Amino acid sequence: MWKTILRRILIMIPQLFLLSVLVFILAKMMPGDPLSGSFQQGQSAAQMAALRQQYGLNNPWYIQYASWVGNMLHGDLGQSFVYKRSVTGLIGERAVNTFWLALMSTVILYVIAIPAGVIAGRYEGSKRDSAISVTSFILMAVPPFVFYLLALIFFGFFLQWFPTGGSVSSTYNPGTLGYVWDRIYHMILPALVAGIITTPSTIQYLRTGVIDNTNQDFVRTARSKGVPDRVIFNKHILRNSLLPIAAFMGNQITSLLGGSVILETVFSYPGMGQLFVSSMTSRDYPVVISLVLLFGFLTLLGNLLSDIIMSIVDPRIRIE
Amino acid sequence: MQNNANEVAANTTKIEQSPSNFKVIVNEFRKDKVAVVSLILAIVIILASFIGSMVFNVGGATQVNIMDRYTAPGVNGYILGTDEGGRDMFKYLFFAARNSITIGISVALIIEFVGVVLGTISGYFGGWIDAVIMRLVDFWMIIPSLLVIIVLVTIVPQYNVISIILIMSAFYWMTTTRLMRSLVLSEARSEYVMASKTSGTSDFKIMFTGVLPNISSLIITDLTLTIASSIGIETALSFLGFGLPMQTPSLGTLIGYASNPDLIFNRWWVWFPAVLVLLTLSLSINFVGQALRRAADSRQRRA
Repeated sequence: MWKTILRRILIMIPQLFLLSVLVFILAKMMPGDPLSGSFQQGQSAAQMAALRQQYGLNNPWYIQYASWVGNMLHGDLGQSFVYKRSVTGLIGERAVNTFWLALMSTVILYVIAIPAGVIAGRYEGSKRDSAISVTSFILMAVPPFVFYLLALIFFGFFLQWFPTGGSVSSTYNPGTLGYVWDRIYHMILPALVAGIITTPSTIQYLRTGVIDNTNQDFVRTARSKGVPDRVIFNKHILRNSLLPIAAFMGNQITSLLGGSVILETVFSYPGMGQLFVSSMTSRDYPVVISLVLLFGFLTLLGNLLSDIIMSIVDPRIRIE
Repeated sequence: MQNNANEVAANTTKIEQSPSNFKVIVNEFRKDKVAVVSLILAIVIILASFIGSMVFNVGGATQVNIMDRYTAPGVNGYILGTDEGGRDMFKYLFFAARNSITIGISVALIIEFVGVVLGTISGYFGGWIDAVIMRLVDFWMIIPSLLVIIVLVTIVPQYNVISIILIMSAFYWMTTTRLMRSLVLSEARSEYVMASKTSGTSDFKIMFTGVLPNISSLIITDLTLTIASSIGIETALSFLGFGLPMQTPSLGTLIGYASNPDLIFNRWWVWFPAVLVLLTLSLSINFVGQALRRAADSRQRRA
């Protein structure tokens, strides 16, 4: 298994290289350069030119690319034009918020999707099954941003059950119980809607998995041996149906992170996605570029995670 | 004699024919009232948006009229009121819907074309061609599409409907390509393809007269669902403010008006109708797609 994982990580290297080249090209296409942010009044054009020379902005593109990659590996992503501080620190702060939100969404996703999928599959054709299937068809068809917006308007603005923006109220001091609770309170609605809207694919997978496995030979054998239904379901059907769900988890987390751009913007939640949109609006290119790279990298990690989980739970696909 | 021969020919074809794709689809729709209603709704919305924007174009729907800003619905002959610029929201809605639908359908057609071509080549020939195309797909999949599209939309000078269609297509063709490849891969191994190959039929002919017609119903299904998802992506981009420019409204632009409590509750007519249109459109296209999928897949067909 270690061989598979190692091999899988080696595949990542060319992908990572291509991603960085793509992002570098995007960065070069953008107006302005890393010095635009540190421009001060009273600087002459000659001084700027000297600075450009000093920072290597007149070098050929491959040398610039090499030093850009070198800086990144040292954790230096440049300076934000708008916030006048290091991009690494800024993103690091926001990443924590996004991480907790994505984690909570993932938990909600599985807490809802697993029971729903199992019930729909076990009682195929029943009223419960059709209720679950119809709901998930509808959820699949609703554009996420509309779902988020309507939830925010109804539960946030109209019923006022939840806050309509931010990650914590300023009245609490970090470290106190009230502070922790307030942060959770700010996350509940966004996490709930993000979790709910991602459930359909998992529910469908699980439902078909349960139905397919119920008709398998090993289930019939177990039944003819007189194994109790409950044991057959829990041990033979459920476990086998949960395998693909487990393997799919990495991609699911990746898509939740990718969806954070829209989610966080609708809920004005200060995470990486919202930072991306606000930086794009204020033309804060160093932040934008770093976030594109980071989201790409996270997608890679999500795929890697999925493949590793897959090779653990399903030995058949291990590459020899 | 002539008549007789024709009759015989007609009879033999009748016997040999299994229900055609089209018949299966009609049967499936007949059993499914939701799908029929959805199909009618989708067609009505699409036709209305195109005809409506042609009719209202004469009167100038995007015309700004400062004197009439935020007129309530029904007042001064504005059926759905006006927005900040005094634009007639009723007429504006038709334009917005038309733009969103145009982009959605165009993007889906491009994606489907690219997907069918690349997927067929990849699945039919296999070997190194398949490997190259699939590695390309793998790499393209890790690009954070939404973010890169937003960046490109912002830095492309003078972007318009055409450029947003091309940019969107460039980042959402992979899933369809993968699907088509897997479909063609299983078709290409079937016996009729082997037989055609042995008898010397050209690859090109087998692909276009053998393989593709057999997966045509699945292509149409995927196309339908891709139209819905493309409309979803375009409206989301416009909602975030990175879609179409103000002069060319999208349903997303109108939904984006819902930015503060005052607009949301006291001026609901500027954003809520667009939400209704988008939801109806998206749901009906998806339900049509699901019905097509059931018709295409005999296991899912309703008895």
